[in-house]
Amino acid sequence: MPDRVGIVAAAMTKFEAAKPWQHLAELVLEVTDKVVEAAGISLQNDVESVVSCSQDHWDGRTISSMPIPDVTCAHLKDESKVAGDGAYAVLYGAMHVLSGDHKLVLVVSHCAESHTDGTIIENWSIDHVFNRMLGLDYTMSAAMQARRYMDKYGVTPEQFAKVVVKNKGNAKKNPYAQESAALSVNDVLKSKMLADPITVMDKKPVSDGACAMILATEEIAKKLTDKPVWIKGAGNCYNPHFLGDRELADCDALESASKKAYKIAGIKNPVKEIDLVELSEYYSYQELLWTEGLGLCKRGEGGKLIDSGKTQLKGEIPINPSGGLLSGIPVTVAGMSRVAEAVWQLQGRAGERQVPGAKLAVAHGCGGICGQMHCVLVLEKGGK
Amino acid sequence: MHNRVAIVGIGQTMHSGRRPYVNDGELIYDAVTKALADANLSLKDIESVMLGNMDLFEGHHLNDAMLSLYSGAMGKPGFKMNTGGTVGTMLAIQGWYHIASGLFDTCLVIGWEKHDEGPATPAITTITDPSVDRPFMVGAIGGLATISIDYMNRTGCKLEHAAMARANASLNAARNPNAHLRDKYSMQDVLNARMVLYPLNLLMCCPTSLGACAMVFASESKARKITRKPVWIKDHVTVHVEYGGAQFGVGEKRWTSHMQAGSTIFKRNHITNPRKETQVFEMYDPFAFAIPSWMEDFGICDTGEGWKLVEKGAIALEGEYPISPSGGVMCTNAIGDSGMLRVAEAALQIRGDAGEHQVTREVKQALASGFGGSYWTDLLLLSKTTD
Repeated sequence: MPDRVGIVAAAMTKFEAAKPWQHLAELVLEVTDKVVEAAGISLQNDVESVVSCSQDHWDGRTISSMPIPDVTCAHLKDESKVAGDGAYAVLYGAMHVLSGDHKLVLVVSHCAESHTDGTIIENWSIDHVFNRMLGLDYTMSAAMQARRYMDKYGVTPEQFAKVVVKNKGNAKKNPYAQESAALSVNDVLKSKMLADPITVMDKKPVSDGACAMILATEEIAKKLTDKPVWIKGAGNCYNPHFLGDRELADCDALESASKKAYKIAGIKNPVKEIDLVELSEYYSYQELLWTEGLGLCKRGEGGKLIDSGKTQLKGEIPINPSGGLLSGIPVTVAGMSRVAEAVWQLQGRAGERQVPGAKLAVAHGCGGICGQMHCVLVLEKGGK
Repeated sequence: MHNRVAIVGIGQTMHSGRRPYVNDGELIYDAVTKALADANLSLKDIESVMLGNMDLFEGHHLNDAMLSLYSGAMGKPGFKMNTGGTVGTMLAIQGWYHIASGLFDTCLVIGWEKHDEGPATPAITTITDPSVDRPFMVGAIGGLATISIDYMNRTGCKLEHAAMARANASLNAARNPNAHLRDKYSMQDVLNARMVLYPLNLLMCCPTSLGACAMVFASESKARKITRKPVWIKDHVTVHVEYGGAQFGVGEKRWTSHMQAGSTIFKRNHITNPRKETQVFEMYDPFAFAIPSWMEDFGICDTGEGWKLVEKGAIALEGEYPISPSGGVMCTNAIGDSGMLRVAEAALQIRGDAGEHQVTREVKQALASGFGGSYWTDLLLLSKTTD
């Protein structure tokens, strides 16, 4: 990165299947209050700019950031909204700091999936001239991707199930997680089939919640905390939209994004150098596929990696020590919550799920059909 | 100190009310192709691609991803912004951040809307809070009518002055081949139009159009190689206000976000006489009273002076301070590109490439504004030189 951008503090709500007692703005208010307190700053006087992240369709509201200036104290300030995954909002916040335009930025994201039927929204994101009328949603298209992945590389549903067992097990140690369980591979394989080979347990549950963080220049971050986390590298990339234009068993866009992020961060051997990864697996097979895209193993070897046990909480390179998206995180918040988890790990604040001595972490956000767009952030522990 | 950012390519489609034979992908492809041709670049020279519009107008979710084949985003970085009426100017600012941050040297930004695919007013109505004021809200016109009445009461502006501003816009749009409504109107024609919500009649409101605008931004070192006529983004500011903050309550309904944006830009750039030091203003002017009242709020003139300048003809193409020589938002309004068109048209004025609607005075610095959301403002200052 041209200059250091520091993450001073991060906050999340507890994620729950529904939060009918909270207005969407109240979700943002909760995390804003928490993050401002954690950073020890004044919302009114210190925050120069707010980058929010939400989706009009999920909120059922044109300009879903309408209530954000209220609850983030952004009256007569700079506020802007990223309409995509939360990881992009962190990247955009970092651009605000890097440009020299703002010294301290509040980044927030929210989503309440329980308010609506997500399959309809997913269908509305699919090309309306050729494919939308087929009735595709993300689960059906994910099934095709998983099937293609199995056919091309011989990955098995048992290996997908191992991801669920690992992540739901890790979630038991995460007080913010919505769902956690001690499962066996058989429990997952025997659960209700949604779209072969994806069972109900292979899919991220419906979830409500919010996430926030404070970004600042190096100088200010050092003043505010003795545990700053530096954004060391970033990369993002789009895949083609039409599924027929892509090799679904490989993830070219993620490879491009991670290579760029690693190049900026000066990472040559990701497996050796990175201490932990928080990635966005909307479906269990995606964790295996994304580990390939992130360069943690060769193409087609994601299944072998989970078999090796290296990605377990106590393994060589823990993946999703928080429990990941399978433990319940809403879309939009997903990528930002990955960054927040990685920040807590690097600050040594991850409690029971702490990866000992974590110095370098990767956070990943994605969105769209079969992971059409990816954003990778490399984070480094600052301070002593 | 940030990296300097220049506009090096501009492309826009024709605008109209209905083009059933053109889909959204084709629409943005048209704008992108024109912008790349204007910059004399090919897609492989572009490092990142951003696309924005308002999701609920067409009903497409994540359409930056959906349209990546047509925007050129496939295999490249980028993400979507979505902030209501300001989305077009916000995209320009997003492009600025991409380059000013030092992470990119070139980027392509695209703003578009296709209002013929869905009614705008029901979608705009959902900007309000579902549990508080949505039952009382019908589109954008209520708040704008309130503010128009307040402006008339406060300053002595008459309906005729708004009609003059609209008639002037029609003369400008008649010279702009890309504008949507290009019929010429006299002040009396405007006054005779069907009333929608007092004091705004049909001609005094913005239409719903379809169209797209694309722009290429570059860092200083690249810009000088790409074009001999770079237009520099000298400064920009975003001011958002609390929901409902300007619309409700008694007393003066002045546009606090416009006021703050104007004073910030003028102060930071040591501009004491905006009508002299900037030569043209492409204003996001969605209703006829916007021109006189917002000139005052931005600090272009004193309070109560706006309508007098309109009366004097100062805002005409050949006038003392031309406002929206392209015809502005009252003649062309595809919301996702309305804001970006302001930036693009202001840049064309600086380049001297605006064709028939080029203003007569020499343009060294120009202003472009965006408006939307809960009475939000983006304001950009463009310049011919880097000093």
